[in-house]
Amino acid sequence: MTGVDLVVEPGERVLLTGASGAGKSTLLAALAGILDAEGAEVAGELTVDGGDPRAARGRLGLLAQDPDSQLVMTRAGDDVAFGLENAGLPAADIWPRVDEALAAVGFPHGRDRPTQALSGGEKQRLVLAGVLARRPGLLLLDEPTAQLDPPGAALVRAAVARVTADRSATTIVVDHDAGPWLPLVDRVVEVVPGGLVEHGPDWHPAARTAGLRLPPAVDGPVLLTAEAAGFTYRGSATPALPATTAVLRSGRTLAVTGPNGAGKSTLALLLAGLRAPTTGRIAAARDLAAGVRREHREPHRWRAGELVSRIGTVFQHPEQQFLTGRLRDELALGPLRSGEHATAARATAEELLERLGLTAFADANPYTLSGGQQRRLSVATALATAPQVLVLDEPTFGQDAATWRELVTLLAEQRSRGCAIAVVTHDADLVEVLADDRLPLAMTTGERASQRVPASEERNEPGAEPWAL
Amino acid sequence: MGAVTSLALGPTAGTRLGRINPVAQLGAIGVVTLVLLTSLDVVTPAVVVAAELCLLPAAGLSSPWDLWRRTWPLLLGASSVGLVNVLLSADAGVITGVGLGLRVVGLALPGVLLVATTDPVRLADALTLHWRMSTRFAFGALAALRLVPLLIGEFESVRLARRARGVEAGRNPVARARLLGGIVFALLVSAVRRGSRLATAMDARGFDSGIPRSNARGSRLHRRDAAFVAGTVAVCVAAVTSSVLTGAWHPVFVG
Repeated sequence: MTGVDLVVEPGERVLLTGASGAGKSTLLAALAGILDAEGAEVAGELTVDGGDPRAARGRLGLLAQDPDSQLVMTRAGDDVAFGLENAGLPAADIWPRVDEALAAVGFPHGRDRPTQALSGGEKQRLVLAGVLARRPGLLLLDEPTAQLDPPGAALVRAAVARVTADRSATTIVVDHDAGPWLPLVDRVVEVVPGGLVEHGPDWHPAARTAGLRLPPAVDGPVLLTAEAAGFTYRGSATPALPATTAVLRSGRTLAVTGPNGAGKSTLALLLAGLRAPTTGRIAAARDLAAGVRREHREPHRWRAGELVSRIGTVFQHPEQQFLTGRLRDELALGPLRSGEHATAARATAEELLERLGLTAFADANPYTLSGGQQRRLSVATALATAPQVLVLDEPTFGQDAATWRELVTLLAEQRSRGCAIAVVTHDADLVEVLADDRLPLAMTTGERASQRVPASEERNEPGAEPWAL
Repeated sequence: MGAVTSLALGPTAGTRLGRINPVAQLGAIGVVTLVLLTSLDVVTPAVVVAAELCLLPAAGLSSPWDLWRRTWPLLLGASSVGLVNVLLSADAGVITGVGLGLRVVGLALPGVLLVATTDPVRLADALTLHWRMSTRFAFGALAALRLVPLLIGEFESVRLARRARGVEAGRNPVARARLLGGIVFALLVSAVRRGSRLATAMDARGFDSGIPRSNARGSRLHRRDAAFVAGTVAVCVAAVTSSVLTGAWHPVFVG
């Protein structure tokens, strides 16, 4: 970042938006006094309350993305009290402030609630309560809803709206997804290459689906079927996924939706041949299984080298699937494992690097890429073996508009070449533009089946859910 | 990984043993450890283990499945210690082997009981308030402990992600070891990242900022805590006495 000028008055609520990698988080870290000056050139002046941010740290409150790496204690009340104990407050003054903060964020449980038993949205509201209990003068929110499902994100935003309404604290929100925050803030500042742009009160971000032209779906044969497949963890009484039927067809996209805990990711693992269903079965059509040594077996019993060239999987967290130290090797790995020749594997890797605009990083370590670049790379590693089936878990989670459009285009291209796609997602826009079939999972038990409902018909029937048996 | 899962099982709330202050439990563990480490016979550990088993219902471990879940790595360790000594040592008989196995159980079971009954936050409170342990260390360790179950979940994801990328060890033990090494490294990277984010969050909430820390919960010692330690001493005295009376007593330092 260079040449940034911004003055925020006390009590103002400011949204700082902009594409991934524009420097939003860097600016926020500088404000919070946690910017790591090593390996960075710092120029100019930055003051909080007219002084060094590091000196004003006791007056700052910070809410970051990942709730799990912000909670300290094992029970909700103790966690809110943590920040007050650190300030040396006498015990008698702590508990009233804990209760006040929990009420302010609309925390639905008592103080004794184990933090492990909370949902993501509840955890994030608990962290917010812990921050508020210290009565900060400046509240910094760094993409606080990026890792939550839509209902959880809405609850966190409602809590932020409630606690900032009295203007007792100056609030700065950083988020690339500006839309949902607009009703909550007084000013919108966008970080663009070269500086900052302040937007007027009527500004709205362009819809990420605007002007998107995707190659159409092509109807092909059935490749993979979940036949009343379910999964129950050993020692658990309730199934992680009740018996579910799903059909993947060549050239079509199946969107698996539903609340957290409905078993969406579990279904993805079954379809991907990574876990064995505990009830029912996963059946691969002959087209897909051709060439597998024992082709009548279910995909979870295929050898990894056979699986990787037939079913590609993209996990929710890209960094969990990186295996090598260079992008080039990362992309060549799948083809090599499926028995392709080294020259051909290298050529595939170069082509994908070019296609994703990552050629400049060919020798970089995957871990050093930005979040959006890592996401594109993880999708590309799955595409490198040209699998006939693609299974993706939340591929658009936390991605900015540019990366989102690129991913959607990439997936639509795969679909039009005859790839069958299963995508687990909370992203309504993604379902809207890409889904040909839908499978909404609910938190109920019993058998479920997917129905092929054309997207247009479904939207004409609000509230009707014929597929939820 | 199963062994780690077994050790990471959290405490059961509301047990009778859980009402004993954690420092009293640690004191009792110290007494038992001292006695067991200095005795080499079979009678002393047998009496101590019998007394420890009597505490299981008070720790909420009455169902065999709960007990097995928490103790199987310990039982495996104890039986292998006993077996190795019987098989490999020329002058060790079956009795010695059983004695050594019982010693391992007697030493480790109190730790299992502590973990099964005590909220780690109460342990940190008690250690910082009664034994003046540094709050930085106690609450830092507490925060790190919270990350263990997250890492266990992540281990599974990383393992599955490797299969999805076409990497699998099959039956080759060398390839298996290399694959496990890779997974452990990936987890280490992730743990370091998560740990530094957690440190930032704790920092932002004023942790270790130089202000003396207060404690909202407090930690009180009651008469029952003294009675618990006294009871432990009594059991150990009874164990040594019966050992001497039966002629089995064989302390370490007499050779």
